[in-house]
Amino acid sequence: MSEVITADLVDLDLKAADRRSASRQLAERLVAAGRVTDIEGFLADIAKRESQMPTGLEGGIGIPHCRSAHVSEPSLAFGRATDGVDFGAPDGPADIIFLIAAPEGGDASHMKILASLARRLIRAQFKERLRSVQDPAEAAEFIRSEVS
Amino acid sequence: MKFVAVTSCPTGIAHTYMAAEALEQAAADSGDEIHVETQGSAGSDPLDPQIIADADAVIFAADVEVRDRERFAGKPLVQSGVKRAIGGAAEMLDEARAAAAAGPPAGDAAPAEAAAGGGLTTKVDSGAGFGTRLRGWLMTGVSYVIPFVAAGGLLIALSFALGGYEIVNAPKVTDHFDWNSLQSWAALMNQIGVIAFGFLVPILAGFIAFAMGDRPALVPGIVGGFIAVQVQAGFIGGLIAGLLAGAVVMGIRKIKVPRSVAGIMPVVVIPLVSTLIVGILMFVVLGPPLAALAEGLTNWLNGLSGANKVILGIILGLMMGFDMGGPVNKTAYSFAALGLAAATPASFEIMAAVMAAGMTPPLGLALATVLRKNLFTHVERENGKAAWVLGASFITEGAIPFAAGDPIRVIPSLMVGSAVTGGLSMAFGCTSRAPHGGIFVVPLIGNPFLYLLAIIIGTVVTAFMVVTLKSFHRTPKEAADEIPATEAAAPA
Repeated sequence: MSEVITADLVDLDLKAADRRSASRQLAERLVAAGRVTDIEGFLADIAKRESQMPTGLEGGIGIPHCRSAHVSEPSLAFGRATDGVDFGAPDGPADIIFLIAAPEGGDASHMKILASLARRLIRAQFKERLRSVQDPAEAAEFIRSEVS
Repeated sequence: MKFVAVTSCPTGIAHTYMAAEALEQAAADSGDEIHVETQGSAGSDPLDPQIIADADAVIFAADVEVRDRERFAGKPLVQSGVKRAIGGAAEMLDEARAAAAAGPPAGDAAPAEAAAGGGLTTKVDSGAGFGTRLRGWLMTGVSYVIPFVAAGGLLIALSFALGGYEIVNAPKVTDHFDWNSLQSWAALMNQIGVIAFGFLVPILAGFIAFAMGDRPALVPGIVGGFIAVQVQAGFIGGLIAGLLAGAVVMGIRKIKVPRSVAGIMPVVVIPLVSTLIVGILMFVVLGPPLAALAEGLTNWLNGLSGANKVILGIILGLMMGFDMGGPVNKTAYSFAALGLAAATPASFEIMAAVMAAGMTPPLGLALATVLRKNLFTHVERENGKAAWVLGASFITEGAIPFAAGDPIRVIPSLMVGSAVTGGLSMAFGCTSRAPHGGIFVVPLIGNPFLYLLAIIIGTVVTAFMVVTLKSFHRTPKEAADEIPATEAAAPA
């Protein structure tokens, strides 16, 4: 199985006016990498999940995510938005954004990787490192090492 | 403090795990112990029933329905949406501490560990030792059967209280029911209670199987349990049927099938095949030897009739306490009840001994749950309360939930207590013309005070035996893990 995140799925200088734009930009990277087959269908699934309950979390985190038939393998795209993007968290905009794409009915081992990412997001050191990292490859490498 | 938590969210890939992590970190910070079951998409590992049993309080941080939440019934509970736990895990722990201090919720005395949720899926089982799993399976069956014992048994007891012991001979309420007659109402309660009791063994077997093989195993379990009733195999036959059904379903699930068939496996194929297998085994393999056993025992008892009456009382007592409504118990009971037709003093003495010996099992266990609470699970203690009434009414089945959960220690205790009572009743020369009714027919008993004394002594002996045997090996808190795998025979 391929890695859940690679350097080309990292955008350390994400500029987006709102969460839809942020999700779309990150989703385009997933399409380019061949991990998402239909961007409109995928974004519709993301929006549907987002409408149930905003995915912004306290501490500057946004995690748009969904399980979608348009996803071919479990994938992460990481965007760092220095200006912040509102994901509906009570304490303001998010600067650390993970787009989490899970295929419909993905098997447990893949899902465990996504689960461990979710757990890392609670940890302060993990977020600090993501805020200070300089290079997409380094960021991808760091995330992989943390979640596998 | 010890907490357990369940986290879940709509998608099951992010918040579920973040909430779990936040709760674990908060617990680590405050020096508490917490076990979190993440009901997400990475497959959830259900909490060990023992961990749930030991927990002081339960936290649900869930946006979707918590699966198998009956496992946590009766525990102090704090619940919220999943996001709250991510941001405010520490506060939720504080609330859980407060809830634990306030005690379990009133009116929610349902099975906690006994629902043995752990056992409700096959996944859980892989990790635990065989003894732990076996106990989990049995306790699952027990927890579902207790309400039947309570409802049916108390209705029957009430019918005796209102209508006298001959209420069992009342005409069927479908044929005759008079709204203004107390006798009719008592007969109605009796007949409802008897029907509820009819479910006892099938439900026990069904939910033992359910614990082992999940939903598809319900059918072979319930059907196998009902066959156990048909072939007079009693609750021990039900235990066998349940374990057998569960094992068959677990076995069938190991077979790899093509994707096209996989969809209909749990709905059609597994129930069909497993029910057929269990049915054949129960009818053909278990049935005939049981019939032969009952016949052999009856002949043997008839041969003993002339022997020393105290020894006869002891033997009948041992039989009454062995399987509570099963073949051995039924043989002893029929021997006495059918003997009443002779209307001799000896037959009245035998009836008295059998009835007394059938009262001590629930009474002794009820006493044991009061004397040594910590040897029993929460659900067993609840059952203990009903067992007082059931025992006093000569409804021996009140002991089944205890015996089904821990047969190796409970059954010998019941047998010894019943033997003591049966022997004493004979030695005291107590007599009964009534074949049932328990405490409600004491006015009809010859030597009633000595009769009660015999019952009290047997009750105390039973309780003492149970407490001793249970203390020797384990306390339920550490229980299951310490049962060596070799001790428990492989299921069928």
